[in-house]
Amino acid sequence: MILAIAKREFYSMFFSPLAWVILAVIQVILAWSFFTSIDYFFSIQSELTTIKNAPGVTDLVATPLFEVASIILLMVIPLLTMRLISEEKRNRTISLLLSSPLSISEIVIGKYLGLLFFIITILSLITLMPLSLSIGTELDLTKIFSGVLGLFLILAAFSAAGVYMSSLTDNPMIAAISTFGLLLFLWLLNNTTAADGGSNVLHYLSLHTHFAPLLRGILNTRDIAYFLLFIAGFIVLAIRQLETQRLQS
Amino acid sequence: MSSLISVNNLTRRYGDFCAVNNISFELAAGDILGFLGPNGAGKSSTMQMLSGNLAPTLGEISINGIDLLENPKAAKASLGYLPENPPLYKEMTVNEYLQFCGRLHLIGKSQLNSVCDSAIERCGLGDVRQRLIRNLSKGYQQRVGIAQAILHSPPVIILDEPTVGLDPIQILEIRKLIKTLGETHGIILCTHILPEVQAVCNRVQIINQGNLVYSSGIDVLLNKQSTQFEISLASVVDIETLAGNDAFSAVQQIDANNFIVDTSMSAEQLSAYIVQQQWGLCRFVPRQASLEQIFIELTAGDIGISDAAISEESS
Repeated sequence: MILAIAKREFYSMFFSPLAWVILAVIQVILAWSFFTSIDYFFSIQSELTTIKNAPGVTDLVATPLFEVASIILLMVIPLLTMRLISEEKRNRTISLLLSSPLSISEIVIGKYLGLLFFIITILSLITLMPLSLSIGTELDLTKIFSGVLGLFLILAAFSAAGVYMSSLTDNPMIAAISTFGLLLFLWLLNNTTAADGGSNVLHYLSLHTHFAPLLRGILNTRDIAYFLLFIAGFIVLAIRQLETQRLQS
Repeated sequence: MSSLISVNNLTRRYGDFCAVNNISFELAAGDILGFLGPNGAGKSSTMQMLSGNLAPTLGEISINGIDLLENPKAAKASLGYLPENPPLYKEMTVNEYLQFCGRLHLIGKSQLNSVCDSAIERCGLGDVRQRLIRNLSKGYQQRVGIAQAILHSPPVIILDEPTVGLDPIQILEIRKLIKTLGETHGIILCTHILPEVQAVCNRVQIINQGNLVYSSGIDVLLNKQSTQFEISLASVVDIETLAGNDAFSAVQQIDANNFIVDTSMSAEQLSAYIVQQQWGLCRFVPRQASLEQIFIELTAGDIGISDAAISEESS
């Protein structure tokens, strides 16, 4: 049943041109970024051979690609999450789900899972680019794995925040803008505090603080726990929000 | 007979505004209950509470013997609900949509196709099953909504204005469908089209300003002795002749040959009497105490008047 909702959510994205356009735009931009990194790698390749412990192709091509992807998707995820719950409320289709033998948690989790399927689609298209290099060279596969895992976790966290914002309103546009604002804020927390050596708490709260180690290939349970808690927190908030609306509306 | 829905002291407030005030009623299997009320009377709020879309402020609801508030998932399994606005995913085809609804209602994969086929057939959607819901006319969309509500053949079906936007032939078909369904299911039909209730339902409830002001079987209403008759007379009789006649307590003239008369005589006696007078009777229609009269009587005035009307009705 959760799966029925997830499946519908996933397919319905492809019914509208939105999903296709998003996939195409992301792919074009990231392909360009990938291409310039490779170009850069070629231009400094001769110098690299002279350095001891020089960064490899994974560090110079795959890691920057994932970094750029996370920034672009920070802007794209709000567009995917905006209609998730708010549109159901606006079109009153949510009453179909509410009168079915389903709990509100199942509805929210089902929708979130559907979104994760779509994110996995995006992620596999992105990962194919660095993997294609394995035809010509040897890659640090564990580092790529860690990077992909990090990217997946941060995108899942973006989506969870988006689901919550979407549950607050019945206007998709407002949901998108507030999600984007929240994510950007959580991202920038890192920059401001790093500059003046400020509060450790704010630094710790930033999404980027926990994403960077994974990109460098450092798998730390603390970072993974942060993302899982972040996701669970926002999903629970969204469930609570819908429960309250049923009581108040 | 065990009741399919039993509602006890149901109350819903929005802030200070009381939308539904202390309503209690029951629905038995085989009942088609017409739920009437003017706009904003609390019909839809009641339906939303019965379907779990809205939490009641106070009161109990049990569906098929299961408490909706304590055990919502089990209770909602025996419920089919068509809200005021059919909850359609317009980017899906009719078939896909119904399959999805079937999955939501826990229908196994093996039965899913046959269940959808029968709902499609019952609602006359065969020709459009592969089309996008977005491209269907309002009437067809409404039928998809009904198909969704009866898909899993739930014991209780709640239809909130099911015939809105349908053409007259479709309305007749849907009424027939509701009647057939009513033989085996309990149905609540929420509407403000009065003839529809008279045509389909076997019980009527009227709600006004959140209060239940009338509840009775429809046969009680229809069998009520009529005291008003419409008559057409071929020979020109002037109104004074009629008004001066002791047989009639009141006479209204519609045009030269048509009159409405109030009398204490039964239809049989009256027709015999008029024929005997040789007025050239060519049309004779007993006026039924229609639902419309009761409805207007109960909902037009303030609550005080309505209360008086109830005690009159029940006596």
